Amino acid sequence: MKRIEDHPVLDFDRGEKVVFYFEGRPIEGYTNETIAAALHAAGIKVLGYSARKHRPRGFFCAIGKCSSCLMVVDGRPNVRTCMEFVRPGIHVRRQHGLESIVQEESDE
Amino acid sequence: MSERYELAVVGGGPAGLSAALMASKFGVKTVLVDENRKLGGQLVKQTHKFFGSYEHMAGVRGIAIGRKLSEEVMNDPNITVMLSTTAIGYYEDGTLALYQREPEEKLIDIKPQTVIFATGARENMLAFPGNDLPGVYGAGAVQTLMNVYGVLPGERVLMIGSGNIGLIVTYQLLQAGSSVEAIVEILPRIGGYIVHASKVRRYGVPILTRHTIIEAIGDEKVEGAVIAQVDERFRPIPGTERELDVDVICLAVGLAPIINLTWQAGVEIAYIPELGGHVPWHDEDMRTNVPNVFVAGDLAGIEEATTAMIEGELAALSAVEFLGKASPSELVAKREDAHSRLEDLRLTVFSEKVKAGIEKLKNWRANLTERAGKLPPKG
Repeated sequence: MKRIEDHPVLDFDRGEKVVFYFEGRPIEGYTNETIAAALHAAGIKVLGYSARKHRPRGFFCAIGKCSSCLMVVDGRPNVRTCMEFVRPGIHVRRQHGLESIVQEESDE
Repeated sequence: MSERYELAVVGGGPAGLSAALMASKFGVKTVLVDENRKLGGQLVKQTHKFFGSYEHMAGVRGIAIGRKLSEEVMNDPNITVMLSTTAIGYYEDGTLALYQREPEEKLIDIKPQTVIFATGARENMLAFPGNDLPGVYGAGAVQTLMNVYGVLPGERVLMIGSGNIGLIVTYQLLQAGSSVEAIVEILPRIGGYIVHASKVRRYGVPILTRHTIIEAIGDEKVEGAVIAQVDERFRPIPGTERELDVDVICLAVGLAPIINLTWQAGVEIAYIPELGGHVPWHDEDMRTNVPNVFVAGDLAGIEEATTAMIEGELAALSAVEFLGKASPSELVAKREDAHSRLEDLRLTVFSEKVKAGIEKLKNWRANLTERAGKLPPKG
């Protein structure tokens, strides 16, 4: 897919161009884009696989209501990537079913 | 928890923003919570101009209305705005639990004296093989992707549903640079306004009434779709199947209220198909059966942004009344004004369904008792 460059009604404030990682490979995104939107712009539609039948999953609602876009972000599973914004250097990978929640280190 | 708010508004869309602004006129100390980075709810992606008369903001694009209301709210000294914050629970002791994602992740609990829920709606799914494939998107999702983030949803789109959302989003897809191969509509007639339908027809998009989607084709993502004609009973007619080369299937098949928090709050839930399915019970001034809980907007019944704004005002007036912040005469005047604007907006044929739903909601409790009386005895 691609980003819209020339729109008759809208101007897009995309924020800063940064690099983050999808399955270990670098992807260009913008800080005012959600992870799901940036991946879509990079042609990546499959965001994970379902728990039982391992069916491919992409986003459906894009507003944080359907749980179809859950991915593992910096080791944390079940992140709604349609709500979570791109940050430089984050590592994003496809989620396989319901991955177990890693105990986070306490911040003192 | 440091300070006690008199009112918490959950949801910063048209209903919630209007509610907060109206409450502020009576000096109500309000917190407005929204899970997005920006206020405006779904107005942030409505690039089309609104219908109706001038005082109902006709001719103004949805995004401009959202921006105007948001600015007013952000600059209002009575309103505290919490963004990137999701309301995740409302408990028996009146605690509203909030999960804030930015700037730092934390859980917050507040105990507001009153709550207006304006949580909006979510998109409906449609049952067909392959409906879970990446590339099957809700119409709102398509709008978010292209109008908020400026990313093209796909090259070739099949639109399901010819209501106003289906028609408007089709036009917006064309503006963004996608091609829309067809709009399919299972009913024998186009659902939305003819002016919207004519616009997309002028661009050469066929609107196929009495048609439905049979399946989505593709292994990892949508690579095509099969559509077919249906008979009077909406069954596909064998031999009329047709394959379309599309990479996006966009579903514009209605919305359903997001009732979770109101349900948890103890609000009675009624089933009113005309209002979008399960809705929180409320009266015409947006009171629920829980004395300090009020509702507004799509949550109270799927309708328009314009009506949502007025419902927000009404919900705020009821909260103001509960808090004892206004004289009865002030309330009467403001309520009459709001109700007359609502009536004006509901004069179109498209409002018949909503009006029937509201009527059903009024009689819901009585009918429930009556229906229960007709059930066969247990055992």
